[in-house]
Amino acid sequence: MPAQLDPSPKLAEYAHPERLVTTAWLAEHLDDPGLVVVESDEDVLLYETGHIPGAVKVDWHTDLLLPVERDYLDGEGFAALLGSKGITRDTTIVLYGDKNNWWAAYTAWVFTLFGHEDVRLLDGGRNLWTAEGRELTTDIPQRERVDYPVVERDDTTYRAFKEDVLAHLGRGPLVDIRSNPEYTGERIAIPDYPEEGVLRGGHIPTARNVPWAQAVAEDGTYKPRAELEAIYQGSPEAGGLGITADDAVVTYCRIGERSSHTWFALKFLLGIENVRNYDGSWTEWGNSVRVPIAAGAEPGEVPARAGAAA
Amino acid sequence: MTDTATPALPEQLAEIREDFLALTERDRLQLLLEFAGELPDLPERYASQPGLLEKVEECQSPVRAFAEVRDGVVHFYATAPQEAPTTRGFASILAQGLSGLTPQQVLDVPEDFPLSLGLTRAVSPLRLNGMAGMLTRAKRQVREQLP
Repeated sequence: MPAQLDPSPKLAEYAHPERLVTTAWLAEHLDDPGLVVVESDEDVLLYETGHIPGAVKVDWHTDLLLPVERDYLDGEGFAALLGSKGITRDTTIVLYGDKNNWWAAYTAWVFTLFGHEDVRLLDGGRNLWTAEGRELTTDIPQRERVDYPVVERDDTTYRAFKEDVLAHLGRGPLVDIRSNPEYTGERIAIPDYPEEGVLRGGHIPTARNVPWAQAVAEDGTYKPRAELEAIYQGSPEAGGLGITADDAVVTYCRIGERSSHTWFALKFLLGIENVRNYDGSWTEWGNSVRVPIAAGAEPGEVPARAGAAA
Repeated sequence: MTDTATPALPEQLAEIREDFLALTERDRLQLLLEFAGELPDLPERYASQPGLLEKVEECQSPVRAFAEVRDGVVHFYATAPQEAPTTRGFASILAQGLSGLTPQQVLDVPEDFPLSLGLTRAVSPLRLNGMAGMLTRAKRQVREQLP
């Protein structure tokens, strides 16, 4: 049975208030039956230094991604992973993590590919929880293994592949959520991050640049709905992206994690129905042969070949 | 994972490697966490002037490190935030493994030492790049201080 909803007024304004919980709400509902808290961090050891009481850990490198192929675990792997964490198909999952919930949002996106219904994010993530001085523990919960059904991953509704993005050019908004120097092509990785071997700099033609951080307030929580609307749905004259409810939208970044954070905002907080995340992102596009690239501050034109197919 | 073609690993590094390889993969993460907790504080001259330390771009979290040669002996110093325990663990392994060696011993440490600790699966190769980056820079810094 799904856990109760967080009645916070700020959350109530979002298109899907059931997708976020506040730190105050979570602190009161840690022991709710049917609710499992999952921590997903960039740092593989951070959970071990202390985590929200009762939380289990899911690591993007070692749990979600396959060790050899660049893809996610399959239905059987997913069933085994979630079952081992004591999560059933109707469990309410509350995800949180470091770095403003980048990896928590990424995990939420992967869980959504498998159609897990009740996946929520802790607004503000690990940073806010610790900044508020809330309880952390190093006790690893021993959750009983349960049966999670084998569900095939849906790679069409919320996931875009390179071919999908090529076909998408000129047909809908494309949101590049990397830092501006990455968008223009001046840099090929986030400042202070590892260079992941990208050969070309720039962005996918027609993509508009809205760095992920624009979606969050100073405390790391998502901005209120009205502010998000101004950024993504406001008129271009007013500096918005002008996305409408009917638009098909694709988000991307470098490996798909920061763009999951924006995917989550567009899909669940603003309620835009058709939003896909391109997880190949720049580490695929910027290394691909014969795909069009735009460099500099302008979005660039729809390439002739892609346009002809439209 | 052992590579007999490389020069003999200094004893303190070999011990660290043996300690990791003696454990299960899960326990290796715990050992890395213990290393993270043992990262020594910076000596005062660096603590007051963090600009003296070089930023390691390969690391996923902000880390500053410096290998200093004093009286023919290498000392490795590093600092990284508490919320980056993996990076602290990597830095701590190098601090314990490199400090006290001669410059030549440091230069002879195989580049793939980080990959030989049995952490590839538990931590992931991409994350281990962070330690490889720190090691590469430490060697360059040592080389630059040779007479």
